[in-house]
Amino acid sequence: MERTDTASSKRKTNQLPPLADPAYLQELRSQMLKFAVLQLADRSLAEEAVQDALEGALKNVHAFARRSALKTWVFAILRNKIIDILRRRQRLVEASRLLGDDDNDDATDALFDARGYWHAEERPMAWSQPAEETRNQQFWRVFEACLNGLPETQSRVFMMREFLELDSEEICHTEQISVSNLHVILHRARLRLRECLENHWFLEGERA
Amino acid sequence: MMNCKQATRLLSDAQERPLTWKERMAIKLHLSLCTGCRNFSAQVSRLRQIAKAYAKTDADDAPRGD
Repeated sequence: MERTDTASSKRKTNQLPPLADPAYLQELRSQMLKFAVLQLADRSLAEEAVQDALEGALKNVHAFARRSALKTWVFAILRNKIIDILRRRQRLVEASRLLGDDDNDDATDALFDARGYWHAEERPMAWSQPAEETRNQQFWRVFEACLNGLPETQSRVFMMREFLELDSEEICHTEQISVSNLHVILHRARLRLRECLENHWFLEGERA
Repeated sequence: MMNCKQATRLLSDAQERPLTWKERMAIKLHLSLCTGCRNFSAQVSRLRQIAKAYAKTDADDAPRGD
């Protein structure tokens, strides 16, 4: 990053080409690293994957006049690298830790009453239509905060399934869990993620 | 009748595997009586769309608030 030090004074200039803005690169790198560490559970592998993805982008410096184009590109590279790494190795996790994570999920159980019906105040509400939230930068901050608020296994497995788009078999293989375990984890992740997004995004305006 | 916890589990599973005929009938019945689970049902597919769009948006071009 040293080579672009002179640009640091121009931090506020959004028009600056993204690769010439060290502050932006730093922020992007830390987002990527957080995601890679969550997925790979290995800091040095994660750093390597992020570095490779960023270097790939630096070679195509002219293609990225827009920040979103750069972010999309590096995350696409990073996504493929993570999938490669996950496929090549079998994660050594203690199954007991995973099971403990599932069994004692009070936060999920608290959504329902003793008979398994929604508590009145937890019942899902209708979300706004049309679905335009993905175009909103603030929404993604809320999304990341909600994701980070989940137990680690739940957020990792949810993103493996829905963002990396691995199939059940691959996730079970890399996580060393059974299919029914996987389904329990996804169920809990979806319950909690939707609850968090509803509370902090979809109903925010109506309550104000 | 199945409860909401079981219904949401099946609605989540439906994203992962085809439900059996019996499961589909049970869900249909539950959803006809439960608004909360009807909303949940729409939200699991919306969550999938949202997660797919992660890091693929134009949002970063919007003016930054900080």
